[in-house]
Amino acid sequence: MSTPLPFYQTGTFAVGGRLLDEDDRAVQSDPERSNAITKGHRACQGCGEALGARVVLDAALRAADGRLVAANATGCLEVFSTPYPESSWRLPWIHSLFANAPAVATGVAAALRAKGRTDIRVVGQGGDGGTVDIGFACLSGMFERGDDVLYVCYDNQGYMNTGVQRSGATPPAARTATTEPLGGHSGNSFGQGKSAPLIAMAHEIPYVATATVADLRDLEQKVTRAMSFHGPRYIHVLVPCPLGWGSATGETILIARLAKESGLFPVFEAVEGRITSVARIRHKVAVEEYLRRQKRFAHLFAGDGRPDVLARLQTLANRNIERYGLLDDADEPTDIGLLDALATSERGPV
Amino acid sequence: MSDTRPFAITLDVGSSLANRTGDWRTERPQYVRRLPPCNHGCPAGEDIQAWLYEAESGGGGYERAWRKLVADNPLPAVMGRVCFHPCETACNRAQLDEAVGINSVERFLGDEAISAGWELPEPHAVTGKRVLVVGSGPSGLSVAYQLALRGHHVTIREQAPKPGGMMRYGIPAYRLPRDVLDAEIERILALGVQLECGERVGDLRAAMREGAYDATFLAVGAHVAKHTEIPGGTASHVLDAIAMLHGLEEGEPPQIGRTVVVYGGGDTALDAARSAKRLGASAPLIIYRRTREQMPAHATELAEAEQEGITFRWLSTIAGVDGGELKIERMELDENGFPQPTGEYERLSADTVVLALGQDADLELLGGLDGIEIVDHTVAVDEQMMTGYPGVFAGGDMVPAERMVAVAIGHGRRAARCIDGWLRDVPARPEPQAELAAFEEINPWYYSDAPRTVRPLLEEIRRQSTFEEVVKGLDEASALYEARRCLSCGNCFSCDNCFGVCPDNAVLKPGGAGAPYAFDLDYCKGCGICVTECPCGAIEMIPEET
Amino acid sequence: MRKQLEGSQAVAQAVARCRPEVVCAYPITPQTHIVEALSRLALSGELERCEVVNVESEFAAMSVAIGASATGARAYTATASQGLLFMAEVLFNASGLGLPIVMTCANRAVGSPINIWNDHSDSMAMRDCGWIQLYASDNQEAVDLHIQAFRIAEALSTPVMVCMDGFVLTHAFEPLDVPSQEQVDGFLPGYEPRQVLDPDDPMTIGAMVGPEAFTEVRYLAHAKQIEALDFIPQVAEEFRERFGRASGGLLDSYRSEGAETVVVALGSVLGTLAEVVDELRDQGVAVGAVALKAFRPFPLEELRGVLGGAQRVIVLERALAVGIGGIVSSDVRTALAGLSVEAHTVIAGLGGRAITRRSLHALLAQALAGQLPELHFLDLRTDVIERELERTRDGGRPGPHAESILRDLRIVASGPV
Ligand SMILES: Cc1cc2nc3c(=O)[nH]c(=O)nc-3n(C[C@H](O)[C@H](O)[C@H](O)COP(=O)(O)OP(=O)(O)OC[C@H]3O[C@@H](n4cnc5c(N)ncnc54)[C@H](O)[C@@H]3O)c2cc1C
Ligand SMILES: Cc1ncc(C[n+]2csc(CCOP(=O)(O)OP(=O)(O)O)c2C)c(N)n1
Ligand code: SF4
Ligand code: SF4
Ligand SMILES: [Mg+2]
Repeated sequence: MSTPLPFYQTGTFAVGGRLLDEDDRAVQSDPERSNAITKGHRACQGCGEALGARVVLDAALRAADGRLVAANATGCLEVFSTPYPESSWRLPWIHSLFANAPAVATGVAAALRAKGRTDIRVVGQGGDGGTVDIGFACLSGMFERGDDVLYVCYDNQGYMNTGVQRSGATPPAARTATTEPLGGHSGNSFGQGKSAPLIAMAHEIPYVATATVADLRDLEQKVTRAMSFHGPRYIHVLVPCPLGWGSATGETILIARLAKESGLFPVFEAVEGRITSVARIRHKVAVEEYLRRQKRFAHLFAGDGRPDVLARLQTLANRNIERYGLLDDADEPTDIGLLDALATSERGPV
Repeated sequence: MSDTRPFAITLDVGSSLANRTGDWRTERPQYVRRLPPCNHGCPAGEDIQAWLYEAESGGGGYERAWRKLVADNPLPAVMGRVCFHPCETACNRAQLDEAVGINSVERFLGDEAISAGWELPEPHAVTGKRVLVVGSGPSGLSVAYQLALRGHHVTIREQAPKPGGMMRYGIPAYRLPRDVLDAEIERILALGVQLECGERVGDLRAAMREGAYDATFLAVGAHVAKHTEIPGGTASHVLDAIAMLHGLEEGEPPQIGRTVVVYGGGDTALDAARSAKRLGASAPLIIYRRTREQMPAHATELAEAEQEGITFRWLSTIAGVDGGELKIERMELDENGFPQPTGEYERLSADTVVLALGQDADLELLGGLDGIEIVDHTVAVDEQMMTGYPGVFAGGDMVPAERMVAVAIGHGRRAARCIDGWLRDVPARPEPQAELAAFEEINPWYYSDAPRTVRPLLEEIRRQSTFEEVVKGLDEASALYEARRCLSCGNCFSCDNCFGVCPDNAVLKPGGAGAPYAFDLDYCKGCGICVTECPCGAIEMIPEET
Repeated sequence: MRKQLEGSQAVAQAVARCRPEVVCAYPITPQTHIVEALSRLALSGELERCEVVNVESEFAAMSVAIGASATGARAYTATASQGLLFMAEVLFNASGLGLPIVMTCANRAVGSPINIWNDHSDSMAMRDCGWIQLYASDNQEAVDLHIQAFRIAEALSTPVMVCMDGFVLTHAFEPLDVPSQEQVDGFLPGYEPRQVLDPDDPMTIGAMVGPEAFTEVRYLAHAKQIEALDFIPQVAEEFRERFGRASGGLLDSYRSEGAETVVVALGSVLGTLAEVVDELRDQGVAVGAVALKAFRPFPLEELRGVLGGAQRVIVLERALAVGIGGIVSSDVRTALAGLSVEAHTVIAGLGGRAITRRSLHALLAQALAGQLPELHFLDLRTDVIERELERTRDGGRPGPHAESILRDLRIVASGPV
């Protein structure tokens, strides 16, 4: 918020509030919001991706005055929203393939440019698999060419639509259908990680941000901000998946919040390759508090537990906290260059 | 155009509305109104959360808030000053940072009403029933107000020259300015309540008969000071606190010396000591049998007294008075925390001893009424607030309960419902009690950090000699801020969170912004995110009937 | 007006005159000259209102084309070989979505072994991807087919692949007529999409379809191509009327009336084949040739019409379906079903091996002598094969099929060359 709000119980934490000015309320509080995805979709109960996508697109629609086209990768979001004969989308929307959403979006943008339709804006979107793995070449190409596309990754940290397999965004130690904690293994291995947002920043595109469904207003503001730029923009949204994470359906937002508050998922914003703001941790929690609520980490707590693995995960969180300055007493993180960031750590956000 | 669209691969927007996902549900959410702990804790029965909610709007919200408030308590400006606010002790916000300053907002609203001249609601049509109220303390005023609103004719008989009971003759003016008290009493009388001061009821049976009353409410309070045997204690230096404070109010300040000792540990003792200070005593000393922690007086009062130079001697009793000297015995706590004499004595010079050892009710007027049960100098009442004598109800300090203004007001309020029922021959049903909105129902994440405001105090120098009000009210901005610190425990406060977080768009705002929400059960899958993310715990999940 | 032009340049100019709005391509030999030329035309401003997107892969190229086409833009791309296969998934998607994208396939072999030269392995591998496939016999036809392709694609709302032999056509200079802008404008109306991503009329494109309707969707795609069997000749006819030359259509029969032996082929080999036919006809041998212009949809009826009277049909194929042999020939055999026409599959010109008049003469001689097996590899170096098979046989996996390979080789080796 640029202008300080008069004090109100929930400040900017809740979606709206009867005492807030219209302008200070989230798009999601508007009874007239677009509902880019409408009801009747087939997402699981408590699906973070369904929520995240509506929030993102409603904000983008508002920013674009309703003139928006979306290109969607294969994945849960696509499958649960468009099983013939019913579509949940209320904006022009196309699904082509798993790996090509950024390129399809480029094609849409190119067509609009050729036709001189500067009024219509373009969003590409997909899951973490479609984004950081199989669609990565298309994404990078779109960034590098400078195409006028906002791309949004809904990160549920795995290939959920195919039954919860590991993706490049699956965190270490998580159990998936392909990283079972068998034979002495403790879930997904501790790899080098792959931070799509940092890689996006390395393309020096105008705008990169991370967000979670735990802070809808922050997410909306980032979308709105992103829409104020032209050229390639990237937003990476953490969207818990109750099915894949083995979490209670009612705790989707809670868990996203814990991911951020533990430091495992840093929430920040970067303009032209430099981090310009981070969302500070408000009530710091140990990673354990986040992990315990998810069955995909249950093996870390069974029997004698795996304190060694927990310690490694905590180290990752601590590293993020230090690197991004996530705690209140940290130095103002403005203007962290990518290289500075990389210099202090060998890993990206988990 | 649409007829050229390819079959199946291209679909109409929004067509998924045909798919009613509501039948996936095994549990459904529903909006509830839970009982906020403040309301639960308020002996006057105020719907605190509800009036804070109105006050949060500021502007016209203050009057709406005041109207909600006075529906239960006609003396908010008084209560905003003298109430010990158990509501704040119960307040959930205390577990987050500090309790909401409910009492200071109440005072703000009360003062606003007085300065703006807001009037109480018009009474209902006259019923023709006549009720006698004995005593014009808070309990009597409360019952009179509630009965008058219900259209009954109320006569208050009061033995003192002015109405208010202990609010006037007990609580000193530096805590409760009399213009405030007068204004709030005036407003009640303006409803048509008949007040007869200087009219002691000596024989209740006769009074009831003479006035042909259909019902009676007794609210005579507890005015007879308790005494203790102090050897030599009949000396003229010894007086009781009640008499002292009463005299002060009647313009007959008691004769006290420079070295005043007050004996007792309650609020009355503090009031007596602080008044003595204002009357010229140098450093009044309070002597109490137990420890500071065990003192029944309220912490804020104690702190204010200390600021004013009142001194204390804990674990001590007065064993005797001898001319200008007191014999003090040191006490010791036994393993149960009870003070026990030690046989160790010391002497203290004092020219005045004020006893503040509590009061008993004067129940003389009941003589000759059958069926009335007296328990420990108080009158027993049933759950309808009725004594053993049909049609005679009682409340306030004279019945077994905590002695405080809010309790007295609450008794009056409850008794009025019961008396009304009695008069109409339909016994009042107990008020429904919602489930308590415990702190666990709250999602504290959503509340901004907001430290409590502090009420300004009168400069200490002016608290040495004047009876000017010590604690000041909040200004508008602070009152608004304080109101907005309320978490709205267990009651929707229109934050739009449920509306925003539902992944299935199954929360509706049928009335647009600010109006209550509803669940669209045709689509709600029952995930429960709204329940978890409702900041104030106003949604619950219930199993779906199959 | 004819000008001396490289095939690729001429195709690029023809495409430019079709006023594409989005051109997106990724370089691969032998397609490069086409997209380079288009880039130049766009950059110089000669091609107006066109976005040229230099994508990072063929996969992206076709994906960009999908996005563009679905947004109502006329979209074009070109590729070959590995590139075509790299976009395989997207090809199916484009046709599945019914998007009228036009693409040039500069036919080239598919590795491994990597090989940049011409054959039809690439487009044949994509036989069933749902695209209309048109094959140009020469560069003039390549030029003309592109103009017709947009017409067909947009009218039927289905993508069209124009196949032209890599190097043989793409890099060949010859006098060519590229129709003028006015001529093309008169022939090709503006693109009117059947579905478009438009905020004023939003729709969902690319739904997920289950068993309840998938068969119908596929059937409708088939029906559209069957419709094309009528529409392609209509367009060719209209083209002929306007431009004064015959190009395209479903097939072209060359002196096959009354022929006892007819050779069926696709692409540039038709030129050589026609010469051989002429020479044999001069010798009084009743041979003819049929050029298959449309491979998808496959003109079963039409082919049956031209081949039904022959005694022997030889399908000359520039691709090999490993494990069976012919690709086109199995379709040709379907066309001939029930007729007593003997059909042979001849695999020829793989990976750029020249199909010479000499080889064709030898082939026909063998056929006329009744010595052509059902499956034959033109100019196969049997000595190499024999040696290699023997070398790797050690211990061997003997069996009747393995034996017959060697026997065939020896027969071939000992037969007339
Ligand atoms: C010094 C002191 C300070 C206090 N401070 C606080 C405080 O800060 N906050 C708080 O909540 N509580 C305080 N209290 C307690 C509070 O004042 C009482 O609990 C409350 O006033 C009880 O109200 P009531 O209506 O029952 O009786 P009272 O207020 O005592 O009123 C009874 C009335 O009945 C009249 N009466 C009695 N007998 C007869 C009769 N026979 N005929 C006619 N009239 C009769 C009396 O004159 C009196 O006016 C204090 C009490 C004292 C003594
Ligand atoms: C080329 C290709 N490979 C694999 C698949 C199978 N597939 C479909 S969705 C999916 C996983 C999607 O994961 P993600 O992108 O993270 O989205 P999510 O379902 O988790 O939201 C996979 C592997 C496919 N459709 N296409
Ligand atoms: S599997 Fe996960 S991401 Fe997919 S619909 Fe279910 S909750 Fe959403
Ligand atoms: S926070 Fe508000 S509703 Fe809750 S107990 Fe405190 S005052 Fe009452
Ligand atoms: Mg995923």
